[in-house]
Amino acid sequence: MFLKHLSELNGISGNEKAVRDYIIENINNKVDSYRVDKIGNLLADKKGTNNSAPKVVLSAHMDEVGLFVTEVTSEGYLKFQTVGYIDVNILVSKPIIINNIIYGVIGSKAIHLQKPEERKQNFLIEQLYIDIGASTKEEAEQHVKLGDYAAFITAFETFSSGFYKGKALDDRAGCAVIMELLDKEFDCELAAVFTVQEELGLRGSKIISNYLEADLAIVIEATSAMDIQENDRENWIVELGQGPACSLMDQATIYKPELIKKTVQLAEKNRIPVQLRQGTAAANDAGNIHLSGAGIPTITISIPCRYIHSMSSVINRTDYNNCLELISCILNNIEEYLSVLEQG
Amino acid sequence: MTKHHQQLAQETIHLLANKPGISGYEYRLFPALEQSLKPFVDEIYTDSMDNCYAVKNGYASDQTIMLAAHSDEIGLMVTHIDDRGFLHFSPIGGIDERTLLYQEVTIHGRKDLQGIISFLPNPVNDNKRKSVKLDKMAIDIGHTTKEAQQLVNPGDIVSINRTTIDMLNQTIAGKALDNRAGIAVLAVCLSELNSMKHKHNVVAVTTVQEEVGTRGAQTSTESLEPVIAVAVDVTHAQTIDAKNQVSVQLGKGPVVTIGPNIHPTMYSLLTTSAQDNNIPYQIQPIAGATGTDARIIQLSSYGIPTGLLSIPLRYMHTSVETASLKDVVNCGKLLARFIAALPEDLEDISCS
Repeated sequence: MFLKHLSELNGISGNEKAVRDYIIENINNKVDSYRVDKIGNLLADKKGTNNSAPKVVLSAHMDEVGLFVTEVTSEGYLKFQTVGYIDVNILVSKPIIINNIIYGVIGSKAIHLQKPEERKQNFLIEQLYIDIGASTKEEAEQHVKLGDYAAFITAFETFSSGFYKGKALDDRAGCAVIMELLDKEFDCELAAVFTVQEELGLRGSKIISNYLEADLAIVIEATSAMDIQENDRENWIVELGQGPACSLMDQATIYKPELIKKTVQLAEKNRIPVQLRQGTAAANDAGNIHLSGAGIPTITISIPCRYIHSMSSVINRTDYNNCLELISCILNNIEEYLSVLEQG
Repeated sequence: MTKHHQQLAQETIHLLANKPGISGYEYRLFPALEQSLKPFVDEIYTDSMDNCYAVKNGYASDQTIMLAAHSDEIGLMVTHIDDRGFLHFSPIGGIDERTLLYQEVTIHGRKDLQGIISFLPNPVNDNKRKSVKLDKMAIDIGHTTKEAQQLVNPGDIVSINRTTIDMLNQTIAGKALDNRAGIAVLAVCLSELNSMKHKHNVVAVTTVQEEVGTRGAQTSTESLEPVIAVAVDVTHAQTIDAKNQVSVQLGKGPVVTIGPNIHPTMYSLLTTSAQDNNIPYQIQPIAGATGTDARIIQLSSYGIPTGLLSIPLRYMHTSVETASLKDVVNCGKLLARFIAALPEDLEDISCS
């Protein structure tokens, strides 16, 4: 299963090589060509069965959020910064791994040693540090260098009866969907784009957008689902198990209403559940891709994800499968799907 | 340090710490406790409180030395199931609620279920420094309310999932090292005693419910009526955020406590054992009752001369408690040498 492998690989923004290598290894005999650009984006082309059919970009980002070592203290502890947005409070009392070999923990002062007011306060990143068991700075420096990445340690597992749990599901779930789509044959030509540094402000896709040309781009993402308390329904954004989510607007893209409408129609006609993403926060690679050249019509289809940007994210298996179904359905009906654009 | 003892300590901690044994539910550790201690002793049995006794007979004595290490760990208990099928909970033992966010847990319901502690973030316009409180947290088990009600009942126990990890320099990190590291000390001590002669009977007890008030130590001491006792537990080791509060260092040797809770002769015999055998040790003065089983053991029966040995531990009561295997091994050796060197008649240990 692609998703399990992808989730357990470490590929923090700026260090995506392991993820890219895994994708290449598993798609290279299914695509007509691929290349890696100078910043690390992976681009693969797969010709369609019909030469005159449109060309569609499928895009997902390879990077994940994580930690970055910035200082080795005199006692042999490691100070760090976050790469991408992470609520630092969730880091306390968790293990991490550096360079896939050195284990460490992020502890905090024992409850017995805290003053009552300390216990009521959030953690600041300046208070936190990684303990790798080194007893001196010299010992730590034999194993860890400044600029090393520290990743979460989470086994990808089936959770309850219909869920998957793992780290980096944002956006390895999107990568896995594209890899599965490349297994299939479509009329249209596919340009699979696996980007780097999305979590640092859509940096990898910026380069791609400088030269990308296509008739349609589909960005496949994981989006934050806040569906955890009944009385907070207005803040849920999306709900797990209700199908992939089609974005309306976010901080980088206003999606074309006719494409949103057509996506929902196509899903309904084919009895694929779909939901609208009820929020406009955050942004994804669509922000760059839809501005490529003279502009590429772009949609974002997301798999709802609880506890996104954490060590233990959760998605619903049916949402993943329906995301795959919905995009297959669009690709199988590409002429009809794009016809709404010509009608103006 | 012999490879043998280090491996024994490491394997014992991995085996015991990865398993759940929340206060009051320590019976789940029985098979692992038996596996850890039985190879070194003549007999192993449990009592109605679920204290577990590993008995190693001496060559010529009817006097008993009690060694006590508590087996329980802190955890959570389900209080109710909400209308999203999420489980709300209360802590068992002292837990910093800030260490619970997104922890993976096991709910010991009708069967063991996996869960994740979710939380509702504080409102954006709230005080940015305010931490997330327990009432904003709930365990996601991926089930609807109806399904959850079939699988879980209020009162079910929840333990944090953590696989023990080995770090540099023979340090080890995980949950429940408080006090599975102490039980590993017992294993090393009993193993060491196998190659030594000791006159008196040694009963190593894994006591229950220490985290909620040293309750297992109370009943097991009354049942054993030992002549002397040594409690083995963990103590805070220094970290950068607790420099001015703690002087004990990780990896610098087991800690021998001195103070009113500790019998002066026991303290003296324990430190002499370390000195005579070139075992590094640290001294911790505690000016009153300790927060360990020694607290109640000393006051049991007609009063029992009690000593306390501790393993330095960072981040106590989190799921990344960190200890040094060197300290565990040295503590086990110190304890075994102490036992082998005890006087002919343990009643001679007095305050005179």
